[in-house]
Amino acid sequence: MITAGIDIGSITAKAAVLKDGEILGTRVMFTGYNASQAGKNVIDELAKEIQIRVDDLDAVVATGYGRNSVEFATKAITEITCHGAGAHFLNPDIRFIIDIGGQDSKVIRIDENGRVADFAMNDKCAAGTGRFLEVMARALEVDLDGFGDICMQGKEPAKISSICTVFAESEVISLISKGETRENIIAGIHESVASRVSALAKRVGVVEPVMMTGGVAKNIGAVRALEAKLETTIQVSEYAQVNGAIGAAILAGK
Amino acid sequence: MAGQPIINDSEKERRKIKSVSKMKEIMTTYYIEAKTARENGKKVAWITSGGPVEFLIAMDVIPVYPENHGAMIGASKMGVELCEKAEEMGYSRDLCSYARADIACSVTNGGPIGGLPKPDFLVCCNNICGTVLKWYEVAARYYNVPLFILDTPFIHTTMSEASKKYVIAQTYEYIDFLEKQCGKKMDFDRMHQVGKLGVQALRLWQEVLDTAAHKPAPMTAFDAFFHLALIVTLRGTQIAVDYYKQLRDEMNQRIKDKIAMVPNEKYRLLWDNLPVWYRTKWLSDKFSAHNACLVGDTYTSAWSGIMDLIDEDNFIETGAVAYSSVYINVSLDNMLETLKKLIKKYDVDGLVMHSNRSCKPYSLGQYDLQKLVMKELKLPTLIIEADMVDERSFSESQIETRIDAFMETLKA
Ligand code: SF4
Repeated sequence: MITAGIDIGSITAKAAVLKDGEILGTRVMFTGYNASQAGKNVIDELAKEIQIRVDDLDAVVATGYGRNSVEFATKAITEITCHGAGAHFLNPDIRFIIDIGGQDSKVIRIDENGRVADFAMNDKCAAGTGRFLEVMARALEVDLDGFGDICMQGKEPAKISSICTVFAESEVISLISKGETRENIIAGIHESVASRVSALAKRVGVVEPVMMTGGVAKNIGAVRALEAKLETTIQVSEYAQVNGAIGAAILAGK
Repeated sequence: MAGQPIINDSEKERRKIKSVSKMKEIMTTYYIEAKTARENGKKVAWITSGGPVEFLIAMDVIPVYPENHGAMIGASKMGVELCEKAEEMGYSRDLCSYARADIACSVTNGGPIGGLPKPDFLVCCNNICGTVLKWYEVAARYYNVPLFILDTPFIHTTMSEASKKYVIAQTYEYIDFLEKQCGKKMDFDRMHQVGKLGVQALRLWQEVLDTAAHKPAPMTAFDAFFHLALIVTLRGTQIAVDYYKQLRDEMNQRIKDKIAMVPNEKYRLLWDNLPVWYRTKWLSDKFSAHNACLVGDTYTSAWSGIMDLIDEDNFIETGAVAYSSVYINVSLDNMLETLKKLIKKYDVDGLVMHSNRSCKPYSLGQYDLQKLVMKELKLPTLIIEADMVDERSFSESQIETRIDAFMETLKA
């Protein structure tokens, strides 16, 4: 049985194809303006890469914010349930997931079957999300990919007290003008994200082992800052960013 | 939604609550009377929703409720425009959107009914929140009319004797105030009658709500939000009593006829906090698409929740105690007890809490309540963030994801 999961987020569209419990391939691209088109494109490209035909797919589950705009999907399931299934597939021991995506962050507690026991999402605000990091990287003229590495060089993280992205940005600018080092500012930014997300995690109740998923999991600075705040180690899979799509592909097979 | 049975129009028609038209008629007449009060030589008082309105009815004063007006503004999706107007006037966006929308209406005569009739005096009871104190002070200054404040101390465990005395003493002051404003003495026989009618209406309202304990429920909390208006505006009149009798009978008939409000009711949920007035239809459709029915709520049952504390034959004194004991004037422990009773009575599968940006006394502590409910009752809960009137605080895609995810966990 060949199934696909398509995760349309606010920034990136992800696809994963599974065959009898094996990952055949995954793909990430920008969502752009048209979520429905992005869903088509990402699966077309992935199909080409792994040399299957989209028509050969037995079932497709769409997830993420654009889940209802993927017309060819068999079903739409929220990213909460999909991340649970995905993380459970990657490591069945996982009981807690922190997913930081482009426009939201969520924490999910799952049971031994990968089913969601409880979850919480951030407020209607960019604080503690990938977007927050993106805005800050731009303010500091740093490439987002290198953001986490620079963070690790910060010796004394600067204090960013505002949780509002707009205010935090002006705080960052005033720190620059005060001569604070870029490394310390960046470390402070990551701490700010971590405290926001850890508050969310504590609300639901952290149960080890913990896995981080979503695009921000690639950022080592964010992972370390969260580990420090939650006083635990956090697992990051090479499939972190496509975890939701993998979960969707698994659920498509059920 | 895939897998949804097609529902034809005649079934839809069958599920409609017939009493709705009567209700609309009563509310229209009520607002016309209120707006033409002056021509008819009647006095108008503005009063808070939790205030003791029975005394006004007994004195032949037409009570007008800015909060009910606020709900109408919300339901007609005029909230944002009016809230923005209030913000231009200098009011903070953090202020309750009922207050903002209503204050803006006073100045612009805007809103769905062109503003409320000017008050002759104001009655403010702080059993619901502290916001109303300042809101009514502002109105008193703006209209240059007298304001009576009934102060009901917060109840941490039980109401102390001193508090009881304090509120009862104020009730007599309230009567003096009304006599002065109306230039006539209180007719205590009439007051007695009105008090009785008030209690009767509360009982009937509770009976209406209780019908939703039946599986499947003949009505949902969304219907309760709509039919609540008379308990707020016309409590203490024969009209309310007659109407709720009719509504209760209709609900019982629906049970007999096996008419469910949600066609394939499978999941029963309890709602906490005020409605999201501008999105009731969307939310109701959203939940029914998941075969979920909001069978009860803490909000519409708040009025009748105190009825057992009232002795009809001693309304003046027991009413004072009852008014102090409303759902949001009590501690979290007491709220939890009420929640537990509702959860049991309606036999629900989950609790949906609206964290309402406007209503602080209602929303503060919800996270603790949520934790306690999950821990003690092992009941799944969901919190959605919105505002009852100000649409700017509503994010459709976020709320949709939360509801969908919550329903997925219930179904799993
Ligand atoms: S703060 Fe809450 S209780 Fe007070 S007026 Fe506003 S909605 Fe009503």
